[in-house]
Amino acid sequence: MPTTQEVQIAEPAMRLAATDQLEELHGDKMVLNMGPSHPATHGVLRIVLELDGEIITKATPDIGYLHRGDEKIAENMTYTQFIPYTDRLDYLAPLANNVAYVFAVEKLLGIDIQLPARCQFIRVICAELARISSHLLGLGSLAMDVGAMTVFLHTFTEREKIYNLCESLTGARFTTTYTRIGGLSRDLPPGWVEQCRKFLTEVVTNIDETETFLSRNRIFVDRTQGVAVIPKELAIDYGLTGPNLRGSGVEHDLRKTQPYLVYQELDFDVPVGTAGDCYDRYVLRIEEMRQSVRIIHQCLDKLPSGPINVPDTKIVLPAKERVLTKMEELIHHFINVTQGINAPPGEIYFGHENPKGELGFYIYSKGGGTPHRLKIRSPSFVNLSILQRILPGHMVSDVVAILGSFDFVMGECDR
Amino acid sequence: MTKAQPRTKQAAALAANVKAAFGELVSEPVDFRGELTIRVSDAERIAEVCAFAKKELGFDYLVDITGLDNYGDDPRFTLVYHLYGYGHLCCLRLKTDVAEEKAEAPTVTTVWKTADWHEREIYDMLGVRFRGHPDLRRILMWDGYPYFPLRKDFPLAGRPTEMPDVAFTEKSPMAGGPFVTIAGGKDTIAREPRVRIPETDALETNARLERRQDIKDAHGQAYGPGPIEKPNQGEKR
Repeated sequence: MPTTQEVQIAEPAMRLAATDQLEELHGDKMVLNMGPSHPATHGVLRIVLELDGEIITKATPDIGYLHRGDEKIAENMTYTQFIPYTDRLDYLAPLANNVAYVFAVEKLLGIDIQLPARCQFIRVICAELARISSHLLGLGSLAMDVGAMTVFLHTFTEREKIYNLCESLTGARFTTTYTRIGGLSRDLPPGWVEQCRKFLTEVVTNIDETETFLSRNRIFVDRTQGVAVIPKELAIDYGLTGPNLRGSGVEHDLRKTQPYLVYQELDFDVPVGTAGDCYDRYVLRIEEMRQSVRIIHQCLDKLPSGPINVPDTKIVLPAKERVLTKMEELIHHFINVTQGINAPPGEIYFGHENPKGELGFYIYSKGGGTPHRLKIRSPSFVNLSILQRILPGHMVSDVVAILGSFDFVMGECDR
Repeated sequence: MTKAQPRTKQAAALAANVKAAFGELVSEPVDFRGELTIRVSDAERIAEVCAFAKKELGFDYLVDITGLDNYGDDPRFTLVYHLYGYGHLCCLRLKTDVAEEKAEAPTVTTVWKTADWHEREIYDMLGVRFRGHPDLRRILMWDGYPYFPLRKDFPLAGRPTEMPDVAFTEKSPMAGGPFVTIAGGKDTIAREPRVRIPETDALETNARLERRQDIKDAHGQAYGPGPIEKPNQGEKR
């Protein structure tokens, strides 16, 4: 007759050791399948948990349920044709993916330093809007997973406004496909800057309110503080990036350390955590949103006028009226669309500070309009690989808090 | 761009250190767009070079591992390691070739834990095994899936399998999508610029080879054989 015995040890590693000693009393371990269709797994992540009572003794993440073969697809189309596919990587921040991908291709073409200033500022605005959007969702779902429904609805009100901004900017709310190689698909519509400023003032209030909901909420703090502590060395060893890395106290942000676009001219801080637990990662995201608001304000202030595309019709499609009247432009348009941009042979890697972490594109080109290999280094994929190490020793109910604090998205993880 | 300049120098110094330590094993660093690439001639020693780079040169963060399929060339596979150091903020790329017959390389999970899933992905997509990997299973495809989908000889449309418990393993419609094609092929698969099927390689159209010639002319660098001489040009079809 098995008897139950309560293990009251706060430290997960010690708790895990304690369960080993009690194994004889408890008998067999139970295997619990969590996902792929589970509200707290944010998509289609499946985790096979081996349990001793309520304590996890082994966790095996199982991914690939959303694998669409994006890298294979990329090898079979021109560089421009792949832009819509990047929307579907981290589908909570499509604008940031667009910015990251085209910048990688521009680096391969060697035109990344020739981009017009206006284009660069607009791209930074896009990337930061995407960051706010992604973090708002991340916070909302983290709070909902640990039992606070209100926050989710509260942050979604603001995300709705970002979608409205996206819609007037790109014509689509979700799948934006806004950037083009060498520029942007269109300029800011009239009145957009004022609309964006209005949103920024509103979102700051919303972030403050969200913080009052959660930061000193007893239930929330109890469920996140001291849970899934990731030491600095472990975070680096497992290649964590973005807020998950900075939550563990590593001060590293690609916008500062490998500055691209106009980030060097902008004034912003990189928040860093100290404890490396779920609560730190939550606080960090709140602060990152405030910094993003700061960045967008500066960009809107400094926004220069001028062209948004590089003046090379072999890269950017020429203006329609010239295509229809001039021979040269017609040829460029035709070749650009049918064969793609003629990239030189070579290989480049570009890492972009995405809301979830470092989104990297490695492009190996043998020349011509299509990449020979395009590798997407997705932050969610790498961030999730630490789960098998960090979950054992925690309670089943901690899993939802941990997954929420990691803020991953499976579209990007599985590609 | 002013800040980036000294960092390139520092990266070059680090790359020179690798060269000094391993001599003939590694190539001279190649610079493209400010990124340094070092080739390691023997894939068996890649883990050794990585361990050195981490321990002695402070490359404590493995950004990514990628596998390339150079279908038609020998050796067939290339492994690409992207290294980064949080101390010096420099990047370094290591490349090493793996022959198709062997399709094996030592694991670097002993150096960086993050290599675990990257190596599983390469095994899953290209079929290169990593010796000493703690848990080398498929990661994105199903366990027991018979093909390696990122190989160049795997068609974009996919191949049907007879796996039980899998909802859909038919070929996808439209040969995988409305993609870039080259005129002249019999069907979409033949018109695809890169996808080749070994058993029906006769589908390799001359148009594709001509395209290669165009690329060679434009860039002065070949990647494959040139066009086949057409014997009967005058003959009318």
